[in-house]
Amino acid sequence: MGDLKRLGLHDLHVELGGRMVPFAGYEMPVQYPMGVMKEHLHTRAAAGLFDVSHMGQVILTPKTDMAALVAGFEALMPVDVAGVAEGRQRYGLFTNEDGGILDDLMFANRGDHLFVVVNAACKEADIAHMQARLSQVATVTPVTDRALLALQGPQAETALARMVPGVAMMKFMDVGILDSDFGALWISRSGYTGEDGFEISVPDATAGNLARALLDMAEVAPIGLGARDSLRLEAGLCLYGHDIDTMTTPVEAGLTWAIQKARKPGGAREGGFPGAGRILAELAGGATRQRLGLRPEGRAPMREGTVIFDAPDGGNRIGVVTSGGFGPSAEAPVAMAYLPAGTSGTVWGEVRGKRHAATIAPMPFHPTSYKR
Amino acid sequence: MKYTEEHEWLRVDGDLVVVGITAHAAEQLGDVVFVELPEPETQAAQGDEVCVIESVKAASDILAPLDGEIVEVNEKLLKSPGLVNEDPLGTWFFKMKIDDMSVLDDFMDEDAYNEMIG
Repeated sequence: MGDLKRLGLHDLHVELGGRMVPFAGYEMPVQYPMGVMKEHLHTRAAAGLFDVSHMGQVILTPKTDMAALVAGFEALMPVDVAGVAEGRQRYGLFTNEDGGILDDLMFANRGDHLFVVVNAACKEADIAHMQARLSQVATVTPVTDRALLALQGPQAETALARMVPGVAMMKFMDVGILDSDFGALWISRSGYTGEDGFEISVPDATAGNLARALLDMAEVAPIGLGARDSLRLEAGLCLYGHDIDTMTTPVEAGLTWAIQKARKPGGAREGGFPGAGRILAELAGGATRQRLGLRPEGRAPMREGTVIFDAPDGGNRIGVVTSGGFGPSAEAPVAMAYLPAGTSGTVWGEVRGKRHAATIAPMPFHPTSYKR
Repeated sequence: MKYTEEHEWLRVDGDLVVVGITAHAAEQLGDVVFVELPEPETQAAQGDEVCVIESVKAASDILAPLDGEIVEVNEKLLKSPGLVNEDPLGTWFFKMKIDDMSVLDDFMDEDAYNEMIG
């Protein structure tokens, strides 16, 4: 596969029968012999192990003091960074001067530094962005010697606690550095499936042993990118480059929950991030379009790119599906689309030249089960 | 049984040709979640897109393997599209009436098909 990079656990994926496909510059397992549908359902019923080592792990250490680093990082996004206590993680969004989204990410306060996890396809741009914008306040260090695994599902805690008992004490979005037989694990109680679970940064040297030890447990099965996508879609979570990008604002994307009070109009640290003019205006007065959930009637999926109309014939083109497919747990097709703000009721998606009805529906499409 | 380059199998049943997809095709598609069938009594020309198969991954078409009339479709697939994965060789999509059965001789036999898919 040409110039594609290989994951540290490549041989394990091949041994497990993973079908390898190009994704964000890496050869990644899209599915294992179990297949996308069963992998998805297994994750919701037991525990699924995902290799997400393609994602960017970055450490930001202060050049002077944490307060300056926190203030510098806050200037990159409409998020309350100062309010994140030590040992806690938060979802963040880098924005540009137009209010568009450069990337979405997770960041954790680890006391004397921040730990950041960014999307694979954006990681080089993100690192350059942070190096340029934080040069006075932070040293930006990409972590290149650790794999990143996600263990997701209702039995993730039971499985991981056998090896790392301390994880049972963690709540949703807690982070910790926990000792184990596999070295120091950087663990957060979070994920991208809507399920309870953990993301585990593990030294490359012991990552294979940790993955095998987890896979040896009856609850745990390896899960590929295909089910990762259907799980996050049912959970109503955005995929960068599809549901959010530089042309969408956090308000249009329905991510206002990620903008805490302190950064909103009237907040203690209102504005002061790229694109604040537009984003604050949209927070106050609303955006003209928004990301909405769709439940197509029948069983035919409305996939990315499906054009949405306001009538079964004729009418107006009102938007486009940004992610869509069949939801194995929803047992029905589900989709997200950008549509005029306030759209409700029935719309029509054009699939293979024919218009099919779809109902505007709340997200998530499948209830989340985070351990708060 | 005969096979097409489009990964369909063809089986003769009296004066009809029964059409399904191969195990190899089903495996490549992944879990099938939706099948769109043609209307019975449709005239089809070879290469026409007559069925749509949606899997968890993508949509693909089944092409009419021959000129003829589609006389019957397998409506079980509408309720249970997963049958395609469970038993691809036992799950037919449609039956065609064709004028000249001898054209079937031009299609691959099992050995030739297995060689094609390597």
